[in-house]
Amino acid sequence: MTKNILLVGVGGQGTILASKILSIGLANNGYDVKMSEIHGMSQRGGSVTSHIRYSEDKVYSPVVELGQADLIVAFEKMEALRYLDYLKPNGKIVVNDCEIPGTPITSGTCEYPQNILEELKAHADVTVFDANKEAEKLGNSKVANIILLGSLIGQMNLTNINWDALLEENVKPQFVEVNKKAIQVGIELAK
Amino acid sequence: MAQKVLMTGNEAIARGAWEAGVRFAAAYPGTPSTEILENLSTYKDIDAQWSPNEKVALEAAFGASVAGGRAFASMKHVGINVAADPLFTIAYSGSNAGLVIVTADEPGQHSSQNEQDNRNFARHAKMPMLEPADSQECKDMVKLAFDMSEEYDCPVLIRVTTRVCHSKSLVELCERVEKPIVPYVKNAKKYVDVPANARIRRVEVEKHMDALKVFSNETALNVVEDNGKKIGVITSGMCYHYAREVFENEANYLRIGFSFPLPMGKIAEFCKGLDKVYIIEENDEFIEDAVKMLGFGNIAYGKYAPDGSRFFHYCGELTSDVIRATVTGQAFKPVDFDRTKIVARPPALCAGCPHRGLFYELGKRKNVVVSGDIGCYTLAFAPPYNAMDFNCCMGASISSGNGAQKIFNKVEGNDKRVVSVLGDSTFFHSGITSLLDVVYNRGNNITVILDNRITGMTGHQQNPGTGYTAQGAETVVVDIEAIVKACGVKNIKVIDPNDLKAVKDAIDWALACEEASVIITKYPCVLKKFSNIDKAQYPNAFKSKCAVNTDKCIGCKACLKCGCPAISVVNKKAAIDPTMCVGCTVCKQICPVKAID
Repeated sequence: MTKNILLVGVGGQGTILASKILSIGLANNGYDVKMSEIHGMSQRGGSVTSHIRYSEDKVYSPVVELGQADLIVAFEKMEALRYLDYLKPNGKIVVNDCEIPGTPITSGTCEYPQNILEELKAHADVTVFDANKEAEKLGNSKVANIILLGSLIGQMNLTNINWDALLEENVKPQFVEVNKKAIQVGIELAK
Repeated sequence: MAQKVLMTGNEAIARGAWEAGVRFAAAYPGTPSTEILENLSTYKDIDAQWSPNEKVALEAAFGASVAGGRAFASMKHVGINVAADPLFTIAYSGSNAGLVIVTADEPGQHSSQNEQDNRNFARHAKMPMLEPADSQECKDMVKLAFDMSEEYDCPVLIRVTTRVCHSKSLVELCERVEKPIVPYVKNAKKYVDVPANARIRRVEVEKHMDALKVFSNETALNVVEDNGKKIGVITSGMCYHYAREVFENEANYLRIGFSFPLPMGKIAEFCKGLDKVYIIEENDEFIEDAVKMLGFGNIAYGKYAPDGSRFFHYCGELTSDVIRATVTGQAFKPVDFDRTKIVARPPALCAGCPHRGLFYELGKRKNVVVSGDIGCYTLAFAPPYNAMDFNCCMGASISSGNGAQKIFNKVEGNDKRVVSVLGDSTFFHSGITSLLDVVYNRGNNITVILDNRITGMTGHQQNPGTGYTAQGAETVVVDIEAIVKACGVKNIKVIDPNDLKAVKDAIDWALACEEASVIITKYPCVLKKFSNIDKAQYPNAFKSKCAVNTDKCIGCKACLKCGCPAISVVNKKAAIDPTMCVGCTVCKQICPVKAID
């Protein structure tokens, strides 16, 4: 069975690194993997998505179909809502309890939407935590993305893969330890 | 076992070119093609360069091929328009060492101004074309394209799309095959395109295209997957994978990897005996027209059904859900929820963007028409600036501005002045000839060159003004002001765009000039990794932060008009996000009560 995962967030939140580590981990462990990113304007505050599809058999399309995602990991609350169309009935959502207002909100044209978590919970099995706060507890606010990756790993039962080795290969040496801890924090939060 | 690694299509194209023994590669950045040359530039055996534009890149690659080195050029789909002039004639001249050109098309227009289907260029320019569907095929087909270019003595076009370029899949790596430089032999009859020679080459083109028609029917690149069904799917590129998800083993497939000339015999053979054939291709009816020409229109469902009604959607991507909805009438049903809560997240000029000051000031002017160009600064069309009236393509800001100003000047009592805005890289790309047009033809529009010291929009590629090559070598820093002067412009000002008074004064000065004028706003892009040159010129850039004194702030929201994403309103007072602010001070200069320090 092909598994479908969507990582969604805002430019600069580290979705691309998280999806890179995830897809290499899956590929190294014998899965066929396809990953697709749309990141054209991401550095300018736009919305960013990574589609990841993996299977023990062959994977054809790199793009998740609407209504087919097993899991959506949202690095920002409103982004979870934006991509909710992709979720399977009874699919899961991991959502970072973090609000990043876009320019229509900062400029006062629109309000940041209320009750997003309630809306999400009405449709899906939702795990919520503040990854930014958890990252600060580890002493490095930049590992929020890896905590969210850890939670994904927990949700998809991928804990048997040696993620520590991958972090050693893909992260600067001085940040390896804090990233390893971040993965574990994420896995715990997924429980 | 050979090593398998996850690669994007763009990485795999670069790897394929390297493995094929490429010596020379040239490109101009453009989404989704940019990373091809970025990756090529990491290989030491390749001379990889950013050219000022796509035409120059292709001409440089052609020269390298004629001189005997395997040569490569890549560009986005609209880049081929710029390179069309050499493209059509190179098709006649052919290659000495292999010459391969990549066009990266954008079904869905994720980052582009149009959705043109460059498969039409293969037919139009008469050159063979390959369409890889995943990263492994990208690598394999690039290598094959080089062999084919040499065997048939013609340039070969490879057409990829955004999803091929930016998707990752597993690729088996091989070693580089060193191709010796082919000895150069002067051959004017082949390479000098005077009519007498070109007429002979014209015949040669038909000869090798005839040979390639035979090849197309025989090659394993055009492959039938016979599942013994009465329903068939003909498709190419990424669409094969989308279709495979929907039809699985319930259809026969004709998968076209070599798509010009199309395998007409194979298509006819495939269609015989089918009840229904779906033609699944993004953008134009390239394969569909061939199927219909062969007489299978009565069973063919492509952009049109047999009765002439629309079938598959004519624009955008034909992802699996789109195909599923069209063919079965029902896609997987997404959950039903309240979509009205979702607020758009449009891209915005970054905090610290050096374009902000200019567009803040221009947006306030009532008597100006802004002629825009292609770059981050195109975002100035949106609120809060609303400071752009039209744009078209690379370099057009100045030339279109010239035409517009000439008409405004004919209107009695009209005081509209046209301000053309374009970036440094866009000026080098094709703005210089446009500026010559203004000066030579006695135009009087105002040009602003937003010199942020880098090619920003596509993710920071070097250009002739930065002092470095694609491969990091130090080189000449081309002086924009000197070029402007050499074009014959008499009125030139170079300003710091973060100094709002300087910006305002420069605009007033330009509006008062009766002749053409040029303002160069010079300040590095906030996202740029500073070179040694930048560090020396801008030692204090982006090293401070602004903060709001809430006791002084009156909540007037004047600062929001600069459109900085770091500024928001909290409890009716302005607030600046310290993690985003880099201290450009534009908001500080706007604040009427001096509440920002």
